[in-house]
Amino acid sequence: MAHVTMTVNGKVRRADVEPRLLLVHYLREQLLLTGAHVGCDTSQCGACTVLIDGRSVKSCTVFAVQAEGSEITTIEGLAAKDGTLHPLQEGFWAEHGLQCGFCTPGMIMSAANLLRDNPSPTEQEIREGIGGNLCRCTGYQHIVNAIQHAASKR
Amino acid sequence: MATTPILPKLVGERVKRREDPRLIQGRGTYVDDIKIAGMQHLAFKRSDVAHGRIRSVDVAAALAMDGVEAVFTGADIAEMLGPMPIGTPFPSPPHRAVAADVVRYAGEPVAVVVATNRYTARDAADAIVVEFDPLPAVVDLERAMTGQPAVIHADFPNNLAVPFVPSGTGVSPDGSTVDDTAIDQAFASAEVVLSQRMINQRLVPNAMEARGVVAHFEPGKGSMTIWSSTQNPHILRTMIAAMTGLGQDQVRAIAPEVGGGFGAKINIYGEEYVAAVVSKRLGIPVKWVEDRSEAFVATTHGRDILGYIDIAANRDGKVLGLKMRLIADIGAYNMLLTAAIPTLTMLMANGTYDIPAIRTTLTEVFTNKTPTDAYRGAGRPEATYFVERAMDMLARELKMDPAELRRRNFIPSDKFPFATQMGAVYDSGDYPKALDAALAACNWPALMAERDAARKEGRLVGLGLAMYVEVCGLGPSSSLPTGGWEHSQVTIERDGRISATTGASPHGQGNETTFAQMLADQFSVPIEHITIHHGDTGVVKQGIGTFGSRSQAVAGTALHLAGGKVKAKMAKFAAALLEAHEDDIVFENGKIGVKGAPASAKTFAEVAGYAYVPVPLPPGLEPGLSDEAFFEPANNTYPFGCHISMLEIDRETGEPTLLRLVAVDDAGNLVNPLIVEGQIHGGLAQGIGQAMIEEAVYSDEGQLLTGSFMDYAMPRATDFPRFEMHSTVTPTPVNPLGAKGVGEAGTLGSTPCIVNAAVDALGEFGVTHIDMMLRPEKLWRIIQGGKA
Repeated sequence: MAHVTMTVNGKVRRADVEPRLLLVHYLREQLLLTGAHVGCDTSQCGACTVLIDGRSVKSCTVFAVQAEGSEITTIEGLAAKDGTLHPLQEGFWAEHGLQCGFCTPGMIMSAANLLRDNPSPTEQEIREGIGGNLCRCTGYQHIVNAIQHAASKR
Repeated sequence: MATTPILPKLVGERVKRREDPRLIQGRGTYVDDIKIAGMQHLAFKRSDVAHGRIRSVDVAAALAMDGVEAVFTGADIAEMLGPMPIGTPFPSPPHRAVAADVVRYAGEPVAVVVATNRYTARDAADAIVVEFDPLPAVVDLERAMTGQPAVIHADFPNNLAVPFVPSGTGVSPDGSTVDDTAIDQAFASAEVVLSQRMINQRLVPNAMEARGVVAHFEPGKGSMTIWSSTQNPHILRTMIAAMTGLGQDQVRAIAPEVGGGFGAKINIYGEEYVAAVVSKRLGIPVKWVEDRSEAFVATTHGRDILGYIDIAANRDGKVLGLKMRLIADIGAYNMLLTAAIPTLTMLMANGTYDIPAIRTTLTEVFTNKTPTDAYRGAGRPEATYFVERAMDMLARELKMDPAELRRRNFIPSDKFPFATQMGAVYDSGDYPKALDAALAACNWPALMAERDAARKEGRLVGLGLAMYVEVCGLGPSSSLPTGGWEHSQVTIERDGRISATTGASPHGQGNETTFAQMLADQFSVPIEHITIHHGDTGVVKQGIGTFGSRSQAVAGTALHLAGGKVKAKMAKFAAALLEAHEDDIVFENGKIGVKGAPASAKTFAEVAGYAYVPVPLPPGLEPGLSDEAFFEPANNTYPFGCHISMLEIDRETGEPTLLRLVAVDDAGNLVNPLIVEGQIHGGLAQGIGQAMIEEAVYSDEGQLLTGSFMDYAMPRATDFPRFEMHSTVTPTPVNPLGAKGVGEAGTLGSTPCIVNAAVDALGEFGVTHIDMMLRPEKLWRIIQGGKA
């Protein structure tokens, strides 16, 4: 067992974990933050995307021990403390950017990184920016609209 | 005088989904999010050979591991669980949830581990040693039909699961007598006959949430609760009860948040049965969640139909005859609906056309591959692809505008309902209208000019057009072994809020929103006062499930009918309360009053409260406001449309790029156009994926070479242009809503319209057909002068 300390959605979390435990499993099974989903086992789908120190990372590619000392934001921590939705959450809702919702948390976290780097992306830049995230339901068009919606509100 | 705000009419509006607030905040509960005290985890040991006899299964090392509760081999499971049933009337070989003697596809389970956590369960599964005597793998479809290189199931000579089923002109309804006169005459008299072998390739459905199940048998109660990522919890309940020996009253099946299905979660799988019997045997809750690499081989695949297509026509473009010889590669076993899927290809073989003589035949073949079953469209995209490719080949041969050729063969708009020779009765349709809408939307003449101008610059640009018609709203009970109805119960609660149940269990379709829109209008109450319950047989008394684009047309109608019954009763209570006649009662703005006397109106809650404390009880009424409806549709619905694409192929690399996709879809009346657009987008993406990048590829040894997201091309956002969406509205007479269904539509027109465009783009190289998917290497070879 290895001891890890990290800040997750603003709270300091400490735990003893198996060294091989993936960050996504630590978040989901020990912290019960089940918003990040596991959609594949080859780091292709992006459903598990979270922010580590502000950057989007597929949390299945990281062992929990590698996140030692970092600051992590999951989808559960994206809305404001008072419950006000993040502009991306508003955008996905307003533009029907999700259907089954399984890819959505990862998609939103990737989009958050995209808008941080490029606050007013073109449509092509959005499509490329979410290129690491798979969605099987929407055909992506409403996701693009959702991110445009969020960009216009910033 | 105070005025109450008028409640907006919601049916037909782009209402934001009521499902979304939980999902965009990571608060949805999918199967893998469920934890129960004492729960153990399952992992399956799977065959790594495609065909082999099991010589030994050594579980000693697995059993010795810390945290391993139990290991069951195929023989152990066979003591608890019989062979798995199927849902079609075709003969089927025995199929065990866990193989005990012979494995018939790579990925077939051979043992199952129960352990304290998923890591340990996986480690233990890896520690099981299975020895096989290898058997030759049957991979090539047409070779399989000669019994080579092996016969997979002893009682199915030449690997023929379904040897030969004819349908169409000259075939008696039961298929027992076949008269070739008309079809032979059509082909003999035709001025043009074209023939083409076409492959509608195997696909992997790949819902983003793989499958998962939690089974919790409670020994003290003798009852089972089973959570599963399924499209149809009521069918799951029926099957789990039958297979575990429990009564249907003792099994509660729950489909929690379900992360997509696309047909592959209709089937009731061996893992669900195994979880149930293991939980029952051990008396503990167990969970199994499929890994993606497992899902690639363990969840059913889709399509995989080979078609030999012949089309006969006169030079004026009038089609005289069509033949489709269909051969389906169904993989190693029959699953719930496997055998029935290709029959839908036969049913829809004539597409939107009135073809005087048409003949289809179907043969289904076992191979050592993952079994096939429904995948979005399920048999109809295959039919659309074959007939629309054939029509396009004919248009090229006749040098006729592909739109004009189609127009000359449409079923006339004044001939509906139209009984086809394939046994369908198309409910309503107006195909010229959809075609004209699509031609206008893309400005067809201008688009052709644009293509021709691009060609002058040396670019390889092509246009493709395809019509489609789909059988949806499944369906009358005569066509489904589960029953083809749907159920709903609508309850006005004591506080005036509304609870409603639906047997259609959604997994992204947005029923919580669309059904609430309908009830809000029906009762004239705020949508916020309505909750739609689904996906839990403990709450939803009866249901069939979500597939075949049936939610709106069948379940929506059941909801509407149940609502109507409750509303009629509520009007009686209101009449008593208001001392008026029930015929004069009006529901308006959250109030119930007497026509022409708004001041006396009671609030919805007041009338509801009276119905539950009925003092005095109006004569002839029972207390309470709750009623149900089963809706049995008299027919299927037949939505249709026209899709047009513009495609460019890079002359140097063969890389295809989809430049435009114009879709006109007619799904009848729409409840929520925003959701409908989303459904069509998703269907388009899967159809475009099939046409351009997706293909399940097997090695000669029967190994799935495209067994991960690294090898199987899943469409990404950069693979698509912005879809151009248009619609026509032709309501169905089959249900009072006039709604036809839309979930699968996008997968139908998109594949042929894109391949038609690719053939058009490469016309200068003399190519007349290209099999999907449009791999750049394949296109490059054509450009280099080779064949497709």
